[in-house]
Amino acid sequence: MSPSPVIEVRNVFKSFKTVQAVCGVDLTILPGQFVALLGPNGAGKTTLVEMIEGIQKPDRGEIRILGKLWKGYEKELRKIIGLSLQETRYIEKLTAWETLRLFASFFNLGPERVEEALQLVGLEEKRKAYTVNLSGGQRQRLALGIALINHPRILLLDEPTTGLDPNARREIWEILRNLRRTSDTSMILTTHYMEEAEQLCEQIVIIHEGKILKEGTMKELLNEDPSLKNLDDLFTALTGRRLHD
Amino acid sequence: MIDRIRNNQLWQLTLANILEKVREPGVLFWGIGFPILMSIGLGLAFTRKPESVRHVALISPDTGTCTIILKDDKLGNTTFRLEKMSWEEAMVQLKRGHVNVAVTAGDSGYRYHFDPMNPDAQLTYVRLSPILNRIPAADLIRDPVYEEDLSAATGSEVDALTVTGTRYIDFLIPGMIAMGVMFSCLWGLGYGIIDTRSKKLLRRMIATPMKRSNYLVAMITVRLVMNVIEAGLLMLFAWLAFGITIQGNIPALLILFLAGNIAFSGIGIFLACHTSKTEIGNAFINVISMPMMVLSGIFFSYHNFPDWAIPIIKPLPLTMLADGIRSIFIEGAGFAQTTIPSLILTATGILFFTVGLKLFKWH
Ligand SMILES: Nc1ncnc2c1ncn2[C@@H]1O[C@H](COP(=O)(O)OP(=O)(O)O)[C@@H](O)[C@H]1O
Ligand SMILES: [Mg+2]
Repeated sequence: MSPSPVIEVRNVFKSFKTVQAVCGVDLTILPGQFVALLGPNGAGKTTLVEMIEGIQKPDRGEIRILGKLWKGYEKELRKIIGLSLQETRYIEKLTAWETLRLFASFFNLGPERVEEALQLVGLEEKRKAYTVNLSGGQRQRLALGIALINHPRILLLDEPTTGLDPNARREIWEILRNLRRTSDTSMILTTHYMEEAEQLCEQIVIIHEGKILKEGTMKELLNEDPSLKNLDDLFTALTGRRLHD
Repeated sequence: MIDRIRNNQLWQLTLANILEKVREPGVLFWGIGFPILMSIGLGLAFTRKPESVRHVALISPDTGTCTIILKDDKLGNTTFRLEKMSWEEAMVQLKRGHVNVAVTAGDSGYRYHFDPMNPDAQLTYVRLSPILNRIPAADLIRDPVYEEDLSAATGSEVDALTVTGTRYIDFLIPGMIAMGVMFSCLWGLGYGIIDTRSKKLLRRMIATPMKRSNYLVAMITVRLVMNVIEAGLLMLFAWLAFGITIQGNIPALLILFLAGNIAFSGIGIFLACHTSKTEIGNAFINVISMPMMVLSGIFFSYHNFPDWAIPIIKPLPLTMLADGIRSIFIEGAGFAQTTIPSLILTATGILFFTVGLKLFKWH
């Protein structure tokens, strides 16, 4: 018998005025699984994860976290989810430590956990730096620290490395690889970098124009057609476009 | 126990809010420095000094200055400086406000040229002309300093009253306190919320178990505390610099002040309830605050406006707050006069707060 899923998305639709952002998505995430939502800009990744996060409401369909709907279980679910939004600017004149402290208090956690989170994302040296003075990579690591502060069972990261240089990107990947080794957290990460999906996630979901085109492991995705060298080729074969221009 | 308070989200939200504010030098300047500087500037500009100097243009082909000094124990000494200049130059100086009367000397005596609608020019004319008319132009040029003591003449009929609260600065300070509350709530609370929303920080925070009410309570509490400090410093300054004291009932003042904070906090929350664009927030604040700044009698009495406008001006929250504070400061008012405005302000705040909360967009 397979373990019961941590996230189930059933036939979910969401549109904004004239745009169909998400149309008929089904997705199942198992405990401990790391899943990448891979797709170009405007594919509907943010809309989909924000619906899973309970920040946006689907027009149609059903989303269950640990078997529970958002409606009626919000308080409970918020405690076990960690997330980072595509872009958040924190309070400028608050230090990294104080920012983590603030978010820790939302989960009733004290300074010990702030210290752990700071170490987890390698920002010990920047504890006294105002968030406005952090580099792009440091800011993303702070966001990741905030996402991890409550030992989340489910981690949802929206483009955690977009706009970062390769070094800063690798630092984030290293943190996430460690997390995968040392915890049983499940993760969904959105990205338009195929390397990121390859490096971090066993399950890759290719999404385009609000629909899932294909999903599976790297092997499953690339074995079908020997001419495909990488995920970008696969994406081009499926849509005639590249992942990013 | 201490740890439980420190880990408490309401406390941490409040602390973050305080740190954010005190670390922003601009916030301290606009909240505390600006009203004080404005009071100094306006207070000095409009407070009558015991020695006053009035500049008058004396139309003449050459240059130089003749001085007429009027000594007066009751009214204070007045010095008229008659600066010789050409007619063209006199017109320039009139436009600049350096002089407000130009005098020409002819065979039939002096002629005075000024705008009769300008009360200050009128006063110069009324006080200068009786003296000047007795001094022939030739004498004035030969002996350019003339002094006369009027103390005996005015002394017998003028009684110098020292009534507190009749100076311009007495009028101004209560208005500045009211204005401070308005701007602090609109910017600190309203704009602050919109800014947090535009940064997506509000969205990020409500994606945690944070209680939404705690966020608003922390914001409002910090505002109130800052407003008390700001008003306290302004009052301390007004007392030290201008000897302004509170004539009326202090508990009534505190309650009115609190009611003013409730009113403008409610308006601040309301204006911030939906938009995530800081430019729109900026425009909202200007649209709300600018008309009240002009109409509500902060810098000059609204009785200068036509009679039909007064019933529209009086119920404005800023008018009610400024009038109430002023009546306690200078008229010695108490609960009898301020209870109704306090209740109306509180009700206004609660109304805007309730509607704002209904429409509030958390993400
Ligand atoms: N709040 C919104 N209002 C209107 N259109 C939106 C909104 N959010 C997203 N969209 C549109 O929905 C589509 C999917 O957007 P998004 O989920 O942000 O894609 P991605 O994260 O993959 O770049 C895009 O066409 C975008 O313009
Ligand atoms: Mg996105």
